[in-house]
Amino acid sequence: MTHVRYIDRTREYYLSQGYEKPYAWSENDQAPFTPLTKPLSESNVGLLTTSELAVRYDADREANPIEETGFRSVYSIPADTPLERFYARTASFDTYATTLDDVNGFFPVARAREAVADGRIGTMPSRYYGAYNNYSRRKVLEEEAPDALNMMREDNVDAAILVPV
Amino acid sequence: MSLIARHLEANGIPTVVIGTARDIVESAAVARFLFVDFPLGSPCGEPYDDAQQKQIFQQALDLLENATQPQTTVDAGYAWSQGDDWKATVFTPEQPYLSGDAEQAWLDRKEAYRQLQRDGDL
Repeated sequence: MTHVRYIDRTREYYLSQGYEKPYAWSENDQAPFTPLTKPLSESNVGLLTTSELAVRYDADREANPIEETGFRSVYSIPADTPLERFYARTASFDTYATTLDDVNGFFPVARAREAVADGRIGTMPSRYYGAYNNYSRRKVLEEEAPDALNMMREDNVDAAILVPV
Repeated sequence: MSLIARHLEANGIPTVVIGTARDIVESAAVARFLFVDFPLGSPCGEPYDDAQQKQIFQQALDLLENATQPQTTVDAGYAWSQGDDWKATVFTPEQPYLSGDAEQAWLDRKEAYRQLQRDGDL
C-alpha cells in the first residue's frame, strides 16, 4: 500500500473537527546540500529529536538534566543518560498503531551508541538535541534552527541525524 | 524539523532525516531523507525490534555518506508487522488524533504561547 498523504489527510481531518484554516505546510522546490567531508568513522555525529524527550530524575536530590533555552525552543539532553531513564512527552504520534515505550523506536540512542562502539561512527557529542513541533514557521526559522546550529557548532558536530516523531 | 535540517545544511552541516511522513518532509525539501513507512511514532523501527532498528539506522548512515545531491529520498523498504490498516484510519474522525488529556495539553500550550506573545516575551 502506498504511503499516507498526511497533508491531505490532516486538512480533511481538521476541517471535520471544526478547524477552518488548514495548516500551511512548508513547500520548497529546492534544498541546500552539504557533502560529508570525512568518513563517518572519523566524524562527530549529532542526534536531534522532536519527541519532547525527557529524563526521569529524583526531584528531591537532583536537578532536571534537560537544559531548555526558552519556551518550546531547542533543549539538550546529556548523552550519557542511562537508556531506561528516557521517555517521550509528545502526544503527537499514532497512539492507535504504536507506542513510544521503547526510546529506540523513535530516537535511536542505543543504535547510535552501538555504531560508535563498532567504529561505524567516530564520536558523538556529550548531549542530544531536542526541538519541539512548533506551529510557527517564524519561530522555527528565526529561533530553533539558529539555536540548533549554534549548539552543534559549539560541539564541533560534523554531521547530524534528525528524527521527527 | 525539516526546516532545521535545511538550516544546518545551508550552514555546512550535512544531515539525514529519518521519518514516516513522506509527503510532509518532501514538501519541505531536505538534503537526505530515509523514509520508513511506519505509523507516526516509529520512524526508527518497531518498538523493541533491535535488529530492525539497527538495519534502519545503518541505512540512514549509508544515505548520509552516499547521497550526492539534495532531495535524495531512500525508502527503507519495511512493512509494518501488524499490517497496513493504520494507514486507512490515521487522522479520521473515528480515531481522534489527540484525545482527552492530550488535546487539553495542546490547548493549554497554545494559550501559554499566546500569553507570552501578549506579554511581548516572544
